[in-house]
Amino acid sequence: MSKWLLPLIPFALFLAFLAAVPGASEPRVIELPLGTSEELGTRLSFRLDGLSILFALLITGIGTLIYAYGTRYLAGRTDLPRFWSYFTLFMISMLGLTLAENLITLFIFWELTSLSSYLLIGIDHERPEARDAALKALLVTGGGGMALLAGFVLIGSAVGSFELTSILAQGDLIRAHPHYIPILILVLLGAFTKSAQVPFHFWLPAAMEAPTPVSAYLHSATMVKAGVYLLARLLPALGGSEEWIAALAVAGALTMVSGAVMAVLATDLKQILAYSTMSALGSMVMLLGIGTPAAVQAAIVFLFAHALYKAALFLVAGIVDHETGTRDVRSLGGLRRLMPLTATAAILGAVSLASFGPVLSFAAKEMMVMAIAAAGEWRRPLEIAIYTSAVLLAAAAALVAIKPFFGVIPSGPRNPGGRGHDPSAAMWLPPLLLATAGVVLALIPGPITAALLAPASAAVHQTQERLYVSLWHGINAPLLLAAAATAAGFIVYRTRERWIAIAEPLGRIGALGPTAWYGLFLRGMNATARAQTRVLQSGYLRVYLMIILVTLIALVLMANAAGGGIRLAWRLGQVALYEAVVAALIIAGAITASLASSRLGAIAALGVVGYSVAINYVIFSAPDLAMTQFVIETLTVILFVLVIYRLPRFSVLTPPPQRVRDAVLATLFGAVITLLVLAAQLEPVRADLAAYYGANAYVKGHGRNLVNVILVDFRALDTLGEITVIGIAAIGVYALLRMRPEVRP
Amino acid sequence: MSSLILRTAARYLMPLLLLFSIFTLLRGHNLPGGGFTGGLLAATAFALYIFAWDAAAAKKAVRIDPHFLIGTGLLIALGSGFVGMFSGGAFLTGVWGSIGSSEEKTAIGTPLFFDIGVYLVVIGASLMILLSLTEQEEKE
Amino acid sequence: MSTLLPIVIGVLYATALYMMLRRSLVKLIIGLALLGQASNLLIFVAAAGRGLVRGGPPIIAEGETVAASTIADPVPQALILTAIVIGFGVLAFALALFHRTYKAVGTDDLDAFTTTEEA
Repeated sequence: MSKWLLPLIPFALFLAFLAAVPGASEPRVIELPLGTSEELGTRLSFRLDGLSILFALLITGIGTLIYAYGTRYLAGRTDLPRFWSYFTLFMISMLGLTLAENLITLFIFWELTSLSSYLLIGIDHERPEARDAALKALLVTGGGGMALLAGFVLIGSAVGSFELTSILAQGDLIRAHPHYIPILILVLLGAFTKSAQVPFHFWLPAAMEAPTPVSAYLHSATMVKAGVYLLARLLPALGGSEEWIAALAVAGALTMVSGAVMAVLATDLKQILAYSTMSALGSMVMLLGIGTPAAVQAAIVFLFAHALYKAALFLVAGIVDHETGTRDVRSLGGLRRLMPLTATAAILGAVSLASFGPVLSFAAKEMMVMAIAAAGEWRRPLEIAIYTSAVLLAAAAALVAIKPFFGVIPSGPRNPGGRGHDPSAAMWLPPLLLATAGVVLALIPGPITAALLAPASAAVHQTQERLYVSLWHGINAPLLLAAAATAAGFIVYRTRERWIAIAEPLGRIGALGPTAWYGLFLRGMNATARAQTRVLQSGYLRVYLMIILVTLIALVLMANAAGGGIRLAWRLGQVALYEAVVAALIIAGAITASLASSRLGAIAALGVVGYSVAINYVIFSAPDLAMTQFVIETLTVILFVLVIYRLPRFSVLTPPPQRVRDAVLATLFGAVITLLVLAAQLEPVRADLAAYYGANAYVKGHGRNLVNVILVDFRALDTLGEITVIGIAAIGVYALLRMRPEVRP
Repeated sequence: MSSLILRTAARYLMPLLLLFSIFTLLRGHNLPGGGFTGGLLAATAFALYIFAWDAAAAKKAVRIDPHFLIGTGLLIALGSGFVGMFSGGAFLTGVWGSIGSSEEKTAIGTPLFFDIGVYLVVIGASLMILLSLTEQEEKE
Repeated sequence: MSTLLPIVIGVLYATALYMMLRRSLVKLIIGLALLGQASNLLIFVAAAGRGLVRGGPPIIAEGETVAASTIADPVPQALILTAIVIGFGVLAFALALFHRTYKAVGTDDLDAFTTTEEA
């Protein structure tokens, strides 16, 4: 029962945004008092205007239907809580993205959508195809995201603010700015990767590994439109220049055509729909490239219509898959008798896909054609592109709707494609609703245009141009050409096999395309990482040490050479005999310790060093240090002996050349340290602290031993930490030695 | 190491060493000494005991488990810090009082207890290390 | 201004690092001990606020309330005291680790430690 609460979340949000519709023409900015940083310019601010409300309604409205569909479609999965968490995360991120007013906020939600898309595509993480597809999507959109951030930072520094209100008002400033081209390139990289424009399109077909509700929601109706949203949003600021028009028109048209071509050649229902989505996104990008009010209006209307029918078609594909067990159009047929309701939804959706008929997408297509006709020098090539893709998309539509439902049931013993029945209402109602909406809104466009579509497109082109959506513009050239294109498409559908055969050799060229480069990049990166790790992380401690030493010595010497050399004063000063003796003892002890061949001899030498250092402390006025050092040295020697005395003599393990090398390196380091200390002694060291403690230890600390007063009073916190550390070390020793020994076989 | 000389010496030296360590601890505030040195001296005293007899005997001589010493020492040190907090002021503020007659006033304050805490921790840690290692050696 | 002590420090560092570059784990630990001594001396010499003072321990004399200005700098001494004790803790831990490792591997040759699997 509780699963029916799920669709209520998006539904509640849908109603909330509906309430915001009346004020859509006046942009409102809401700021949340979180994460505000004045220096960085980040704010959690949100914007409610026509464009964002349109998207919000699409996200929540289609979301409600898909949640309802999913409760039925996904029944039986064991990871439902995880799935719905990721799904809801995605919805919220997408909402945040489209509602963001601050560019950095937008970016954060942008990356969140990439992340949740990755999680959702790879939800069947046991399957390697799903994992690879998810990674592919993440790397491509994530890479674009990084470029996008750079572009946003540049915009922010050019305008002085990350808030859209400021940015959109400074369009001329940005276009004239020396950074305009880099900004454009970076932002386009982000938008193109997200919206699957050529050559970044290859992650979208792979993303069909995700469960159908995910494909319907993310990869047709919402997430892939994020790039289009971004381009629309930034049109007033970045658009209108020659570079903008050229880049978007070319990329958009290329994507539109190639997507349509690949849609016809595909055999999996979801793949066909994925490629046709790519094509639709291409046309939206192309229109935004042209950038005239008419083109923008066409883009907005088409965006809206596309969301409706594409989601419907994906849901139908899901039903077919769920009921018959296959998505391959070659083995599907005759389903209209078995699933009449699904068939209805499919036909309505397909009519919208072909954009010819009493459907909203047809009205949008007409607007598109008329906008292109007024596009000046771009007119001819773009018209060719539009009509080519119209033909192919009509063929694809036929492939999606006619073949499975009206086609002949293919013969064969274990052919599943001919059975099935209409699913439960939760599954056929959403696609039917969505597809029907495409028809109804086309016949009665008034309310939705005035309330939603007009404010949305006005927010983008920012003129007073009125939006007029109508199905019937009279019998004119576009209508006739559309009819001809659809007919041609039907012919292509019937002669599909011949076209596939022609496209065979082209497919081999495609193998050198972006997908191959992606694979190469991935393998190359892994190989490089492995090789580099093998060299640097060889597993030998002494190698690491040597690298550190050499780097240290080199850097210190370089720094000193750059700083003008080390000034030294070789004054021996007054050295008493006993000081020299103690120093000699230390040196002798150290050298003996390093050269001794008996372990006990080395330890004894260590003891000599320690005691001599203690005497040194006595000479130089550090009584506390001396006492502690004496006792610690005693305990150290005891410990060493306890652990080591049973071991055999040291064996000479390293060959002489290495030993010489190590000795040279070590001596060099020692020399560097000596030089540094000598140089340090020449620097004046401030004695303020000594004076402070000297003056205050008795007065405030009631003690005469300065060192002790510092340790237990002035700097007691450090001492507290220190005794904790020594306690931990002791416990560690205890634990280590209590462990049961691992017996060597 | 069961030398008779060592054992006799240890039996008499150890209490002296312990006394010396406490003396060092208490005088540390005004003259060289303090918690660290005192604690280490006490540990050395017990080390002597370990060598004269063995780890088990030393453990009995200490009477208190080293774990307990470490924990108590840390608690006392922390506690002395909290006293400062309750009398206003931040953690580890020194609070002083005095005992004794008006000519021979001795100041006693929280830093002294802090030092005692340090003393205990140092004894406990050193003992834990020494005893663990010695017991390991004896087992083989 | 002392030239003798910096040389001593340099020698200590050189021997410490030479030991740490050796293949025997025990020599590594001995090197660690020497490194500790060397670093303590380094702080002692380089950070002394009034230079190295002979015969002026950082104690306020009896009867005074303020320390004489000729005494040694107490701050590096306090730091080194901490360092000596913690150095001892680290050394003890390293020796315990060595003990266990020797039990498990049977040799103190570092080159035999290149894998984490049992032989």
